[in-house]
Amino acid sequence: MPASLIGLAGFFAVWEVASRTDLVPEYYLPPPSVVLPKLVSLLGDPEFVRAAVATFAATVLALVIATLVAVPAGLILGSVPPVRRAVMTLVEFLRPIPSVALIPLALLTFGTGPDTKVALAVYGAVWPILFNTMYALDEVDPLHVETARAFGSGRVAVLARVALPSAAPFVLTGVRLSFAIALGVVISTELFSGGTVGLGQVVQVASGGGLNMDTVLAGTVLAGLIGFGANAGLEWSHRKLFAWNLPRGGDK
Amino acid sequence: MNRLSGVAQRWVVLVVAVGVWELVTRAARSGDTSISFFFPPPSEIAGAAGRLWFSSAFGDHIVPGVSRMLGGWALAGVIGVALGVLLGRSRGAMAYLGAVFNFLRSIPPPLLVPFFVASVGATSMQLPTIVFGAIWPVLLNTVDGARSVDATKVDTARVFRLSRSQWLVGVVLPSALPKVFAGLRLSLSISLILMVISELVGSANGIGNQLVLAQRDYEPADMWAWIVLLGVLGYLFNTLLLAFERRALAWQPRHSLEAQAIATGG
Amino acid sequence: MNMLEVDGVGHTYQGKDGAYTAIDGLSFTVGMGELVCVVGPSGCGKSTLLRSIAGLLRPSRGTVSLHGNRVDGVPSDLSVVFQDYSRSLFPWLSVTRNVEFPLRRLSRSERSTRAGEALDAVGLGGAGKKYPWQLSGGMQQRVAIARALAYRPALLLMDEPFASVDAQTRFELEDLLLRVRREQDTTVLLVTHDIDESVYLGDRVLVLSKSPACVVADLDVPLGSSRDQITTRASEQFVELRARVAGMLQGGPVTVR
Repeated sequence: MPASLIGLAGFFAVWEVASRTDLVPEYYLPPPSVVLPKLVSLLGDPEFVRAAVATFAATVLALVIATLVAVPAGLILGSVPPVRRAVMTLVEFLRPIPSVALIPLALLTFGTGPDTKVALAVYGAVWPILFNTMYALDEVDPLHVETARAFGSGRVAVLARVALPSAAPFVLTGVRLSFAIALGVVISTELFSGGTVGLGQVVQVASGGGLNMDTVLAGTVLAGLIGFGANAGLEWSHRKLFAWNLPRGGDK
Repeated sequence: MNRLSGVAQRWVVLVVAVGVWELVTRAARSGDTSISFFFPPPSEIAGAAGRLWFSSAFGDHIVPGVSRMLGGWALAGVIGVALGVLLGRSRGAMAYLGAVFNFLRSIPPPLLVPFFVASVGATSMQLPTIVFGAIWPVLLNTVDGARSVDATKVDTARVFRLSRSQWLVGVVLPSALPKVFAGLRLSLSISLILMVISELVGSANGIGNQLVLAQRDYEPADMWAWIVLLGVLGYLFNTLLLAFERRALAWQPRHSLEAQAIATGG
Repeated sequence: MNMLEVDGVGHTYQGKDGAYTAIDGLSFTVGMGELVCVVGPSGCGKSTLLRSIAGLLRPSRGTVSLHGNRVDGVPSDLSVVFQDYSRSLFPWLSVTRNVEFPLRRLSRSERSTRAGEALDAVGLGGAGKKYPWQLSGGMQQRVAIARALAYRPALLLMDEPFASVDAQTRFELEDLLLRVRREQDTTVLLVTHDIDESVYLGDRVLVLSKSPACVVADLDVPLGSSRDQITTRASEQFVELRARVAGMLQGGPVTVR
């Protein structure tokens, strides 16, 4: 789309001008003509790349674990009402706790290793997938279920062959929303745990004392690109996989 | 009797979970393991909460933290809705700006903290961080909602010769309202998260600040008390907003389920 | 004096796959206080015509004048009842507020008086506090008619107003329209694809050709001012007029109820 490219070019132009004319002090907000080359040169720096890969890998790992936990849990909660009634109160208590609030405790308890940030990210990423799976089961067309029943499918077969496929688009939407959350939690944890390898720590170190705002912004832009790319990729696969079911379910 | 068993069914898991936690940590305490240190019994956490929440910390830390969060959220909401209505109804604006907004929204908001600390300063960066992080769901949802006004309403408004402001406030905004609320709820949970992070990093007061101090002092029960408070606040504000939303959208024939599916995330 | 003059109006849409002429060289007039029905085959450009008259669309050729003033943009004393009542009414406003919606230049008390009168006229005096979606389709369309009447337009345009309600409701609404316009002396231009309806309602019937539409015939309907669903529709004159209109529409899909 040329219009969106023009828009992006305009955005960078405004940023450049704001910085060059000292509308915003260049010291705080270096122009893109400094930040983007800095990003390119950082991508040639093995240590920076290692940090970025560590952040990305932790995010993906957390997302995979969260999916493996949340989808079966959502299927059970969505299809067995007594279990749902019993567990929902606990869930309603846990869900509002922001995972970033657990960072200090988790660092104190489990140390600054990568499993801490993965565990925290799993905690944050579980909820959208769990709820989207659960509500997707509520939305399954009863007529589809009855059709399957009429053809002699048992409870498990209905769940596997009717409920799961019709819930799948919602689940993928949940996964897409959770990616952003997992990335955010991983980076937040890195901001606080000195000595860890990760994008958040790189940015934190650069912002303190060193005053390397070009590195701060380069890292921020890269994180934005990762989030943007993951979102676009998951949206694309949604369209490819579920062409029969245009995007619905909790979006944005 | 039936009603009673329903209540029992609803609460049994939670009560048992807390009870087991209490018993296990109390038993572990005699064995003096680190588990009981980091996971104090719920009764101790409750004690710490009672001591901390209603002390001078209420005025010194809870109120400032909550006002930052609500202030930032409200500011993001007002700017997001106003911009969203205008951009959603202007031809082509989003074709140019959509990619920019989507990119800015993709930046994990916690990363804004180091930037704003360096540029605005550690003591005043909380509000800009919250506003910048929380604005995107409201803005993009409002744009979506504003675009969804159907052709018949456009014609109806033209037939009755509405002025531009009457059109935007009287027709576009109400049409977009269900989506606006979905955005506001997401922004609320983002505001809470950013309030915590920005106070963790560097703030003279606030709930996050107290959380860090408790960490430095090795006071797990206090940390738990603050964590629970954040959960309570998140639940409380979300419930209040939902109640307000139900009233504001009472005209809707069927409240959309999907909007609630992702009420809070993170 | 003529309330509405349509002179040589034609419109051509410029699409990606070439131009498409919806209407061409349409000319007719509507006198003060008349109820004129425009009937034509589906897709013949009736809506394009109506949108041109309402000022919602600037036609490529020709002119539209409302009591002598050339239409350029939506005139202030014109109102439209759309086919799709569920979208035309605002779901977030109560019935009364919907009717008051276009009256914002009036004082609060005047607004509520007018809205009350209009709702009484369509038989919905007691439903003011409800929301549109709590009403049946026919009642919703009554609200839309009340809203248009409360606006006191010099010309009321109706775009297939009864096409989305069931047959029984349709008869009721047709009679409601006849009664209300007798009481309020409103000038009405009603677009429909239904031959029976056009003959039953109209003082005159304008028959349009297939797209690009032009006026094939301009028929007087000498059925008098008091009509009713059973005797009027069974009368010889009605049957004969209906047959003439149907004959003129031949080649296009003919609706016979």
